[in-house]
Amino acid sequence: MTTPRSLILDTTVRLVFDGALVLSVYLLFAGHNQPGGGFVGGLVAAGAIALCYIAGGLQAIRRLIRIRPWTFLSLGLGVAVTSALAPVLSGDGPLDHAVVQRRLPLLGELKFTTAAVFDTGVYLIVVGLVLMIFEGLGEDSDRPEHSAGVEDGEETP
Amino acid sequence: MLLILVGLHAVLGLFVLCNARRLGRAGFLVGGLAPAIAAVAVASVAGGVLDGDIVTSTASWVPQLGLAIDLHLDAFSVLMVVLVSGIGALVFVYAWHYFGSAPAAGRAAGLLTLFSGSMLGLVLADNLLLLFVFWELTSITSYLLIGINDADAEARAAALHALLVTGLGGLAMLGGFVVLGQEAGTLRLSDILESPPRTTATAVALVLILMGAFTKSAQYPFHSWLPGAMVAPTPISAYLHSAAMVKAGIYLVARLAPAFADVGVWRPLVVSVGLTTMIAGGLRALRPFDLKQLLAFGTISQLGFLMVLFGIGQPEATAAGCALLLAHGLFKAALFMVVGIVDHEAHTRDLRELPLFGAGWTATKVVAITSAASMAAIPPLAGFVAKEEAYTSLVDGTTGDRIVLAGIVAGSVLTVAYSLRFIAALTKPNLIEATTDRPAIDHGPAIGFVLPGLVLVAASVALGVAPALWSTLVDNASRSLDPTSGTYLALWHGFSTPLLLSMCTLGMGLVLFGARQRVSVLQARLAPTVTGVQVYEATVRAVVSGAAKITGIVQSGSLPIYAAIILGTAAVAPTAAMLSGTWWPGWPTLVGRAGHIPIAILLVAGATAATIATRRFTAALLLGLVGYGMALLFVVQGAPDLALTQFAVETLSIVVFLLVLRRLPDRFERPRQPVVGQVARVAVSASVGVFVVLLAIAAAGSRSAAPVSRAMSERALSEGYGKNIVNVILVDIRGMDTLGEITVLVAAGIGITALARAGTRPRSLSASRPDTSAPHEVEP
Repeated sequence: MTTPRSLILDTTVRLVFDGALVLSVYLLFAGHNQPGGGFVGGLVAAGAIALCYIAGGLQAIRRLIRIRPWTFLSLGLGVAVTSALAPVLSGDGPLDHAVVQRRLPLLGELKFTTAAVFDTGVYLIVVGLVLMIFEGLGEDSDRPEHSAGVEDGEETP
Repeated sequence: MLLILVGLHAVLGLFVLCNARRLGRAGFLVGGLAPAIAAVAVASVAGGVLDGDIVTSTASWVPQLGLAIDLHLDAFSVLMVVLVSGIGALVFVYAWHYFGSAPAAGRAAGLLTLFSGSMLGLVLADNLLLLFVFWELTSITSYLLIGINDADAEARAAALHALLVTGLGGLAMLGGFVVLGQEAGTLRLSDILESPPRTTATAVALVLILMGAFTKSAQYPFHSWLPGAMVAPTPISAYLHSAAMVKAGIYLVARLAPAFADVGVWRPLVVSVGLTTMIAGGLRALRPFDLKQLLAFGTISQLGFLMVLFGIGQPEATAAGCALLLAHGLFKAALFMVVGIVDHEAHTRDLRELPLFGAGWTATKVVAITSAASMAAIPPLAGFVAKEEAYTSLVDGTTGDRIVLAGIVAGSVLTVAYSLRFIAALTKPNLIEATTDRPAIDHGPAIGFVLPGLVLVAASVALGVAPALWSTLVDNASRSLDPTSGTYLALWHGFSTPLLLSMCTLGMGLVLFGARQRVSVLQARLAPTVTGVQVYEATVRAVVSGAAKITGIVQSGSLPIYAAIILGTAAVAPTAAMLSGTWWPGWPTLVGRAGHIPIAILLVAGATAATIATRRFTAALLLGLVGYGMALLFVVQGAPDLALTQFAVETLSIVVFLLVLRRLPDRFERPRQPVVGQVARVAVSASVGVFVVLLAIAAAGSRSAAPVSRAMSERALSEGYGKNIVNVILVDIRGMDTLGEITVLVAAGIGITALARAGTRPRSLSASRPDTSAPHEVEP
């Protein structure tokens, strides 16, 4: 960023970022029974990333998230397609989700549907797409060589 | 077995293509295995097939479309396989010599193998759609083969010409196939021929199918692509443009004629087109100095002949057609091979520059003279036997048949004349064009180069001297087309009218050749001023300029005009229908809850302010305000899911707006505009607004069926195991839609990156990828 960084913003982002990510994951998994889901979860995570961009520019995003956007996109699509096609192997139609219900010690009743796996794919793709937008249109996206140098220099996350 | 044979061509062809550089001309030996094996395999079952057995092979493909891979080998297909795979294998041997170390050799070999497979599939296909697929595959491989010397602009243009003409014909044919399939209730060719429909729609379908056959078999007025295609290396011309591909149209007509010759305009159309082609092609063959052009027009003429014999739909003529089909393949492929040898050794095909061929050329001359004699139907060669059959089949018929016979005799006289012209060019070129400084070459081609031609000639002689050798094949082939057909081939029929006609044909042909100087002067005077190629070029130019004009009108390049057309159409047409119809459910309750009022004020204020904002940034923020207002509305209505999504999307949208806006000027440009333009903009905007409101009211109040959401909410927990209906719909009930949408998202991501990077210099992969890119968990 060409403008000097704001200390207040920086600190706020640091405080909020992790919380927002936790919230997004919560929304992802709670989504099957309560408001939420992969799409909203992904959007909340994307909001956290946007905050991060506003505070520190593309550099900050790159420093915080070492996985590249296209890795998110391909991973997400892979997860979604795999979970959609997996039921076909056992003779069901595609996207026929199964449910696993177990009583686990300490955690109590736990219900897990394979739909959550599909939703995780959606989540990853939304996050990947937003990262892709920042990579493509962000403030210093036109100076990738410089940023790569910064990345190499600052190994600590 | 048949599937394996066709598949073998594909496998070997692709293998050769992939290893084109490494294999070079050895590709012809590898690829040539496919037609050779096909010929041997078909020969091994030919005995049974000629006795009436039918070999079939079926695989399901797209059962919903009635599309199956039905392959079907009957006696007529055996005859075609002799042409496609038998002569094909010889052409591969010939091409091995012809191409030598030419760089295109490997690619040509691969494509030729693929072509051979497509053609084999075409003559075996028993499903109309499958036949069409193979038909187009031959068009495509032909395109690639004609343009094999892709650095040559003329070759590219000729390839495109052939592709456009045969491709358009193929499209018409596909339409015909679909209609015919509808009328017959099946797409299986053998079923259709067993109980052919005879409706008016069938008649129209047949004309469309004939368009495909005419273009493929270079009939007038679609013939002009074939002479152009002669820019291809000669082995390709010998195979595609004399023995195999151009016979596809003849093949189709032969299959359909016995069942459909009486339907609609089939017979008059096919016979008149065929006769015109035979005579016009023959006349044109008397003029060119390029030997290959001479053969090309000769081929067009012979294709017209075949078209008449098969298209007339008469049992005897069909049998004669089968005989001529084989005879023509034998002599024409050999003649092309000769021209290729001459071109290869003497580096010219122009008979004004041809050298005097010396002692080393005896074998080549034998091939040339014997094949040309077979073409001119001189006894005792295969061509003579076939033409006798043709004359015999028509001589005892109706008056119409005799008129056709007269046309065929006239065409055959021309055939004799251009055959003599070809022989003279190789033996005494000064007879045609007296030149004193012709060089002489004694050193002839390698014997292996001439060998394939010699094999073909040996076949022409053997079949002529001993017609019993192929009598069974021709007899059964014609019977498989038309059960009432059949023949017994013979060299000597006794002194009869056909023999007399044959002798007259030969005599008149000699006279015509003798008077060649006067004929050529006459032809030069009478020649049409417009050639087929010029018509084609003018048509293409007209289409291109017409398209440019239409594009100029439709695509003005002005964003306001595009927006006005799209929005105006979307607003005016449905509004008019809505107001004129009985859809109007009446005004709904406008204010439901107290909370609606402040939100409505916020929305209207935000939207109005957005239209008058002068800075782009302000406008984006105001739009965001409208979005948040919508989210509030969702909260008030009790839809937390929607509200959550709307808030998140709106936030991100503003950030993305900011990213884009930093590349745009800060303020909106507001150039001075004429009043009319401003009024029009306001009118369009207002009508869109009114339309959306009216549509929303009408849609909300027009429900007549039970909403699907009720069923979904019932099924959500039992089948989707979730209490959040929205999420269950997304991931389960309409999961396929979601899968499609996220795929679009991925594509959009790639598109954004591509757009954003357009114009910037490419970056190296190592610079952009961090070293810890292993896909571990998302959360840090």
